[in-house]
Amino acid sequence: MKPAHSALSRRRVLQGGALTVAFALGGSLEILAQGAEPAKTLDANAVDAYLTINANGTVTLYSGKVDLGQGLRIALPQIAAEELGIGVDKIRLVEGDTALTPDQGRTSGSTGIQRGGMQIRRAAATARKALIDLAAKQMNVAADDLTTTDGSVRPRFGGAGKSFAAVIGNGRFDVKLDPKAPLKNPADYTIVGRSLPRPDVRAKCTGGMKFVHDFKLPGMLHARVVRPPAIGARLISADESSIAAFPRTRVLRIKDFLAVLAEDEWTAMRAHDALRAQWSEWDGLPEQAKFADELRQDASITEQVLVDKGKAPETLPAGAKRLSATYFWPMQSHASIGPSCAVADVRSDAATIWTASQGTHGNQATFARFLKLSPEKVRLIYMDGAGCYGMNGHEDAAADAAIVSQAIGKPVRVQWSRADEHGFDPKGPAQLLDISGAVGADGRILDWRTDVWLPQTTKGLPYIPLLGPLAAGLDDVNGLNTGLISQNTDPSYAADKIQVVAHWLKTAPLRPAPLRSPGKPANCFAVESFTDELAAAARMDPVEFRLRGLSDPRSIAVLKRAAELAGWQPRPSPGSDKGSEIARGRGVAHVHYKHDETYVATVIEIAVERASGRIKVERVVCAHDCGQIINPDGVRAQVEGCIIQTLSRVLHEEVMFDRSRVTSLDWASYPILRFSEVPKIEIALIDRPIERPFGAGEAACAPIGAALGNAVFDATGARMRTIPITPVRLAAALTDHRSG
Amino acid sequence: METYNLRVNGFARTVESDDPEKPLLYALRDLGLTATKYGCGLGQCGSCTVIIDGKAVRSCRTSVQSAQGKSVTTLEGLSADATLHPVQAAFIKEQAAQCGYCTSGLIMSAAALLASNPKPTEGDIRTALDGNLCRCGTHVRVVRAVLAASGQGG
Repeated sequence: MKPAHSALSRRRVLQGGALTVAFALGGSLEILAQGAEPAKTLDANAVDAYLTINANGTVTLYSGKVDLGQGLRIALPQIAAEELGIGVDKIRLVEGDTALTPDQGRTSGSTGIQRGGMQIRRAAATARKALIDLAAKQMNVAADDLTTTDGSVRPRFGGAGKSFAAVIGNGRFDVKLDPKAPLKNPADYTIVGRSLPRPDVRAKCTGGMKFVHDFKLPGMLHARVVRPPAIGARLISADESSIAAFPRTRVLRIKDFLAVLAEDEWTAMRAHDALRAQWSEWDGLPEQAKFADELRQDASITEQVLVDKGKAPETLPAGAKRLSATYFWPMQSHASIGPSCAVADVRSDAATIWTASQGTHGNQATFARFLKLSPEKVRLIYMDGAGCYGMNGHEDAAADAAIVSQAIGKPVRVQWSRADEHGFDPKGPAQLLDISGAVGADGRILDWRTDVWLPQTTKGLPYIPLLGPLAAGLDDVNGLNTGLISQNTDPSYAADKIQVVAHWLKTAPLRPAPLRSPGKPANCFAVESFTDELAAAARMDPVEFRLRGLSDPRSIAVLKRAAELAGWQPRPSPGSDKGSEIARGRGVAHVHYKHDETYVATVIEIAVERASGRIKVERVVCAHDCGQIINPDGVRAQVEGCIIQTLSRVLHEEVMFDRSRVTSLDWASYPILRFSEVPKIEIALIDRPIERPFGAGEAACAPIGAALGNAVFDATGARMRTIPITPVRLAAALTDHRSG
Repeated sequence: METYNLRVNGFARTVESDDPEKPLLYALRDLGLTATKYGCGLGQCGSCTVIIDGKAVRSCRTSVQSAQGKSVTTLEGLSADATLHPVQAAFIKEQAAQCGYCTSGLIMSAAALLASNPKPTEGDIRTALDGNLCRCGTHVRVVRAVLAASGQGG
């Protein structure tokens, strides 16, 4: 077995190890590896990459997936503890450290449990089998007669056991993950399926939690990067004398990369604002008012048929109706509450970067490339940041810090400003969808076609394009990274014919990145709104219409459960509430996430003030089936987050821009949902202990836009097809509706 | 360099700055009190909320000069050693934090509310917290926690 990172000196590994914060359950923070972080494998197929049995009876669990506040810090130890046969309080977790944890892919796509957790379950099951086999030889008994509980291998039918540490000694498992290692029967679970509290919440509530924003190194300088006033502007000149009044500051310029450095943050901020720099003009952004329509004319489009199944009737039967509609979802920001921050210590031979990136492993090659170091000499260590939901500015801030640190030879902290974050975080891309279809008088969907315009992830993009390296001319990677945004563009319902054509754009006005539930809130908004339009055309109740077209029993179950919990009264939309100043309505939407994962049905109840177009969301009911539930309260927290964050996106959020730059640079111009707007939320979790666990961090986002738009239609008869559904837009639609 | 005398979490502290307008936020963070977070610097998000003389204020919009001689409480000093303020205890019980970046500001705003209004209605709580933004969506739990901390609710 090769050491973890032969290229890093042992001293540096130990330094880093000492800085790796592990969470002991019960809330206290513990510093891991104060002296002896043993060399370990990072091979994601090896048990030793995930688990170390410690002499003191604890187990260290190494996860490439990280906790962003979504609860992996308890859920992953629950999975490992259950499968190993040890108390969850004995598990210590190390997350997202390229020198210590296996590469399990980015913490994205709601895969933390369903992929990362299942690798850990497999590793723990393999370890358990190995411990039993070893103990059987040592104790001279049959392996079948042994079991594991409380961190010991014991005879099934009584007698003295032997601790895991005593069984394995100082040794390693030296085995690959065994797909045949027996898994515990879910009926026997005592740890998985329980709402154990998250170990980091206490520290977050007392001030003990150290975020990357709070991390310091001796001799560290504070840098602020000066972003261009127009996105594509080039730096002509920077006048260092303009910051001479600020003590011990300096300017760093590398081509178009411009930064100021100071010994403290406030001085760096003042110097940033005072620095005079001249930039070239640039006005390459589209006109926002025409942006949606112009997507169709983009010269870079390539078409791809995503779905083509069935055959539509050649002539529509009597009573059938044909409809078409266009839906638009704008660019949105991750809108993290804390602007991105990172610390880097780049030496001539190696680099260490502390970052809140959701993909420390995936960024190792990217950073190595622009730092011109070999990947094994670049170590990225995850630390908590402000919630990210995909890829905000964390990676860019880390690259900024690394570039500056390398240039000046000292540790550097880079903190973005609020305007940097709103202006330059990679954006959830815009999506435009045309849907046409036909419905029979009996409610059968006879024909369905979706055309969707959306930016395409550049095939084989080897590195993630980051602002700093591009500005400094250190890298020439160009391409788009959007996430899997074309899923759920087709309905889940039976139809004679379904066709989906993607019109892929090679460019996007603002740099795109995956944003929570990439693409699905937009696609589901269009598909489930159009489903509602078909139901209304057939004068059928929206729940009944959907049930008629569903065959997957789990889809049917969530829809029925949500309707039952909501007290849904079957009737066609819109309702009869026509005259009052306040119109009330309800809407439903459903998703089988990616047509492969979690099932969600959501009912939203609203009140609309007709005169102003103001919507009050009064109640959200959500039925949620993510298969086996690891931690019910953790799932609930994620579902609440999906609902609230997506309501915010649907009601308020649209990145505003002129021809040169983003103009929505603060919380006044880019508002998000506030406490006074948050509705009553009721969640029904459907637990299926014997099914695979799926993610809970994204799926419940998808139906929110359509459930809300359908509720607006139910209340008022006006169909909203553009996000955000603002009072101005709704008031205009209500005027049109009355006059039309 | 001027010196500014503050009272932070019950202790006399001296802060040096060449700028009387330096926000209290940075003075606190320079003292190692990093629970108070920079969110916007504009007084729009509440992440930097601390309590000064009993009132919740935005430390990003409060200068060290104006904080002179006043009593400042941060999340670290909200409770005496080893005990939790009822709002902290309730946040933990309700697991009312996700990423936790806004949590400090929320707890400080809630603690200031309860100090002046020990039995707030749910509406009072939502109004008091309306200037604190949370992106993860912990709002429902936060409101439940503040109700519980005031001896109301489940």
